[in-house]
Amino acid sequence: MKQIVDSVMDWVEVRIPVAKLYDEHMANYYAPKNFNFWYYFGSLALFVLVNQLLTGIWLTMYYTPSGEEAFNSIEYIMRDVEYGWLLRYMHSTGATAFFIVIYLHMFRGMMYGSYKSPRELVWLFGMGIYGVLMGEAFFGYLLPWGQMSYWGAQVILSLVGAVPIVGDDISLWVRGDYVISGVTLNRFFALHVVALPIVLLGLIVMHLFALHEVGSSNPDGVEIKEKKDSEGVPLDGIPFHPYYTVKDIVGVVVFLVVFCAVIFFFPEGGGLILEGPNFEPSSPLKTPEHIAPVWYFTPYYSVLRAVPNKLGGVIAMGGAIAFLFVLPWLDRSPVKSIRYKGWMSKVALASFVVSFFVLGYLGTQPTSELKLLAAQIFTAIYFLFFLLMPFYTTMETTKPVPERVTE
Amino acid sequence: MKKILVFLLMVGPGLVLASGGDVKLEHAQIDARDLESLKRGADMFYSQCVGCHSTKYVRYERIAKDLNLSEAYVKENYMYNTEVIGSTALSSMPADLAKKWFGTPPPDMSLEARLNGNDWLYSYLIGFYEDDSRPFGYNNHVFKDVGMPNVLAGLKADLGEEKFKAAVNDLTNYMAYMADPVKVEREELGTKVIIFLLILLIPAYLLKVEYWKDVH
Repeated sequence: MKQIVDSVMDWVEVRIPVAKLYDEHMANYYAPKNFNFWYYFGSLALFVLVNQLLTGIWLTMYYTPSGEEAFNSIEYIMRDVEYGWLLRYMHSTGATAFFIVIYLHMFRGMMYGSYKSPRELVWLFGMGIYGVLMGEAFFGYLLPWGQMSYWGAQVILSLVGAVPIVGDDISLWVRGDYVISGVTLNRFFALHVVALPIVLLGLIVMHLFALHEVGSSNPDGVEIKEKKDSEGVPLDGIPFHPYYTVKDIVGVVVFLVVFCAVIFFFPEGGGLILEGPNFEPSSPLKTPEHIAPVWYFTPYYSVLRAVPNKLGGVIAMGGAIAFLFVLPWLDRSPVKSIRYKGWMSKVALASFVVSFFVLGYLGTQPTSELKLLAAQIFTAIYFLFFLLMPFYTTMETTKPVPERVTE
Repeated sequence: MKKILVFLLMVGPGLVLASGGDVKLEHAQIDARDLESLKRGADMFYSQCVGCHSTKYVRYERIAKDLNLSEAYVKENYMYNTEVIGSTALSSMPADLAKKWFGTPPPDMSLEARLNGNDWLYSYLIGFYEDDSRPFGYNNHVFKDVGMPNVLAGLKADLGEEKFKAAVNDLTNYMAYMADPVKVEREELGTKVIIFLLILLIPAYLLKVEYWKDVH
């Protein structure tokens, strides 16, 4: 029996290098042995992606993408389809989980300088994934066809109209109608379930290939490939499989406990995951009293509102995301990890995190004079983190980086 | 931003302030497992509300099953315009006439509790007060100038303040059930799933510790 299996495996291997790929990316991919808590979120992101794909496929089987039937079909899924409510809550909670996991994953990269040379492309592909994910979330949010779906999309698309000369024509072209309508719903559905997932999967493959080419960084920012044994194995490296696979399983189970607690006990997430107004079918004639995007967009929404001019606001919002892309070239520090950077980098990163949270909170709130002022102050802090980075990363004194990773 | 707001105000002539803003809401006692309360609430809903308000996502069959009622009871007491137990509860009121009578057709009540919240719903139902300036002689504390007449005025006069509030609480409880009928099943399944995961965590963790002995 074993002979037959071996000969089949050999036959396949000559024609497509399955075992070679497995070796390169799992069994003989050496990862630093000092990954900490923050290194769970990459594999968790992959896990949540699979959740979104599977539940998404099943939801597509019952969902009807038309202006007349979309809202009804969601309630059909929630009430008449066997475990339809579970699929829907897994998908809606999964979207929020995806952003939490991705934000923590990105924060890890910022904290330990994972974006620095030679991992700039890993970071860029990752940012591409983040961008596509925002598109996925935006298009997907229209599909339940409730009031907040409708008006949220209306507000965001009207932003495109701020672009001089061609703006109105572009937003008309995207909507396919003069207001958000069934036509818009259908094309958003196509983008959400076909176009963007393909791009997303492509980018994820690139992200992982680029990562495995240069190797993972670690909390010390030490390049483990610089110290190898006689067989060319990094001294501080361990094979990804089995060590990190068994470790990540623990991470997945812990994640699932929290994830399931939300799905089964707080599926609305206090209005952050499923918003009250979205339990009313969309109506072009009736505006909800307060329109806010879903929580993962609210920091940028705050930046948008902080600028008094509409075009300026749109540019600032775009800039808030664009700056993240060029992070590898703004950080001029000789060291990677925050552990060995000076106090200025620490203060800067902390201020950035605080501003992100505050802007996120303000974005969920109806604006007032005081809140507007707060949004403007924290928008300034947000941008100063990036604009001043080339200066504070070169001015400060860094600590010496150890030769080998610390425990 | 101003442009957006102006735009929203222009296309939103039917701007309705659904939540009362600074109005303090009364707290409703919601218990999806209290079948007695749910039945009293359902009795009230199908005698007082369904004349005008449809619940187009709620099937009679499901009510019978979830509230542990016989199909005969549901047919006798809840079903007025259909004999089919698998159908949903639709009002007989023609929408065009309803719009003429009340200014806006009475909205569907299937999801009302999730739309505005249980406390809002309860406060609204007990929030009617006399106001001669309104066409039906009543206004509402949490929903100013609402089109709905105070249909529960007679019941309130019959029962007295306290019993009326208890009855409305049952009604609110039933409407909360309608909006989220799977709640009890969901929480029971969730408890099992989480217990399973916590048990699974033990071997998963031990496996990790076992493998990582080589590393440390």
